[in-house]
Amino acid sequence: MLFLRRPIFFALTLLCVVGLFHLAGCGGSSNYRTLSNVSYDPTRELYSSYNKLFVKHWKETKGEDVEIVQAHGGSGDQAKKVVNGLEADVVTLALAYDIDAIGEQAQGTLKPEWQKQFPNNNCPYVSTIVFLVRKGNPKNIRDWDDLIREDVGIITPNPKTSGGARWNYLAAWAYALKKELGGSFDALKDSARAAEVEVANQKAFDFVKAVHENAVEMPAGARGATNLFVRNGEGDVLLAWENEALLTVVGQKNDEFEIVVPSISIVAEPPVAIVDSTVDKKGTRDLAEAYLNYLYSPEAQKLVADNFYRPSNADALAAHAEWFPNLELVKIDDIFGGWKKVQKEHFAEGGIYDKMGLSTR
Amino acid sequence: MSITRGNTDEPLLVKIILTSTALLYMLLFLLLPLLLVFYSAFEMGFGEYWSVLREPDTLRAIGMTLTTVGIAVPLNVLFGLVAAWCIGKFKFLGKSFLISLIDLPFAVSPVIAGLLFVILFGLRSPLGAWLDEMGIRIVYSTTGAVLATMFVTFPFVARELIPIMQSQGTEEEQAARVLGANGLQIFFRVTLPNIKWALLYGVILCNARAMGEFGAVRVVCAGGRNNTLPILIEELYHGSNPIAPFAVSTLLAIVAVVTLILKIYVESKTNKVENPEKSGEES
Repeated sequence: MLFLRRPIFFALTLLCVVGLFHLAGCGGSSNYRTLSNVSYDPTRELYSSYNKLFVKHWKETKGEDVEIVQAHGGSGDQAKKVVNGLEADVVTLALAYDIDAIGEQAQGTLKPEWQKQFPNNNCPYVSTIVFLVRKGNPKNIRDWDDLIREDVGIITPNPKTSGGARWNYLAAWAYALKKELGGSFDALKDSARAAEVEVANQKAFDFVKAVHENAVEMPAGARGATNLFVRNGEGDVLLAWENEALLTVVGQKNDEFEIVVPSISIVAEPPVAIVDSTVDKKGTRDLAEAYLNYLYSPEAQKLVADNFYRPSNADALAAHAEWFPNLELVKIDDIFGGWKKVQKEHFAEGGIYDKMGLSTR
Repeated sequence: MSITRGNTDEPLLVKIILTSTALLYMLLFLLLPLLLVFYSAFEMGFGEYWSVLREPDTLRAIGMTLTTVGIAVPLNVLFGLVAAWCIGKFKFLGKSFLISLIDLPFAVSPVIAGLLFVILFGLRSPLGAWLDEMGIRIVYSTTGAVLATMFVTFPFVARELIPIMQSQGTEEEQAARVLGANGLQIFFRVTLPNIKWALLYGVILCNARAMGEFGAVRVVCAGGRNNTLPILIEELYHGSNPIAPFAVSTLLAIVAVVTLILKIYVESKTNKVENPEKSGEES
């Protein structure tokens, strides 16, 4: 028993046994199917409640126990991880392009027409971009114009990694574009006014650049941005998902902040999709389809609204009308020609965002 | 008064200022943060604290951390022993190069190590794609976390053993050889007893670092389910429960304190080995 007499060997053997025990435990525990939902930053709370609802629903209708695993991060980062091999049965990201990118960069993961599989272009919920300011709005921030004032410090995430940041950017662009076009987007449809639109777009470029130059911090994801603003007290205004702003003010009953609704904003459409290669390999297609379809059910839509997303179901939306004010909301397809075009022109390497010469961090 | 010029020659004021600066520094940068972690963790009472620790995510992260440490540390011990044995007892070409190579993980930022594994074993690399066809996933799995941890904690054991093996030379081993011991006997009865406290010291450091490693593991971790404790703490910080990250942090803080105590104990033992005339009971 030389081994047990020596404390080193005893300790090492113990360590090995513990390690192997846990390895076996992790590998062998999957008696039931698991579904992995790779999502973006602010959906943590939504999906932790939705997963409970769905697991219960699935057990009641199919009698099967399943486990849903959720992972969160900046939307662009999450897409990259899936491309590099992070297991995802479904992706629920901040914008359509991040899901397109997975399909383009990893063969066989997604069908090109994925966005036709579920209602509303695969968007069970939408949101928009609003401003979160400190109580009493000390810097008197009312609309997009105030964001380029010299005395205002902004927190917005990095558009290279964060979906929310790209919506922020586009909302600011839409505001400037409309203003330069004389208060209406009609010129966009009129090919005779192309020169005028070009000038307006140039002005919008300057405006959006000025907004981002006012950014004191550009964290990788939306939740990081919220934490910087709310917990660390940095910046005067946070450009935030409406759901994230409502979560802070209403959900966490934090009365040190208030929401400012700008005159115009963008419909932020975070779509959901099935990753074909994973579900076919794991045999979870039925589960994944049910998981995403059930998001559109009345119960889930109520949960969506309770978590401060604008549900696609009108009744669920009306039930919380006080949280979701009517404001002019533009759609990316109408103003910018869709995500593929926007990504290529604005956010790809060497695109318009890079031309602004801001730090990419 | 004193015969030799020592600390006692300093004016009292200087002594007080130096000591209190050191103490204040320790208080501000070590003790206060540690206390704050525990204070924040128990802010909402013990029940709330306990319920965070009983969350499935926390339990899984504990399991994953133990798994990672349980694989990475023994393998690094094995490697450290072999490397120190080679370097300490033999002469060969490129020895100093090997020593510098062992130190590489100290010099490289852990994030780079993590990214390296993603580039090497990610699905977009030919190697990663091939392994995936074989049914092996490395990045975003426990294996990835183990590899990243191993890379980062690679030098700890070897670094502790190399100097002591070098200084001890090979006389005792040669004597054992002459007396007819075989290789294994030499190792277990001569070499190992000589280095055991240094080895244990290396293991403790290696273990502490492996448990706390953040940067490299962060890059190769899936998030969500496959989290080690440090990654879980970051995720919880982004979540909505304000005490959760601190509650989990207390686990690592306790590990740190235990490490510290073990370290002090082992250090006292190592000193005895180095000054054998002071301790009669050394075997």
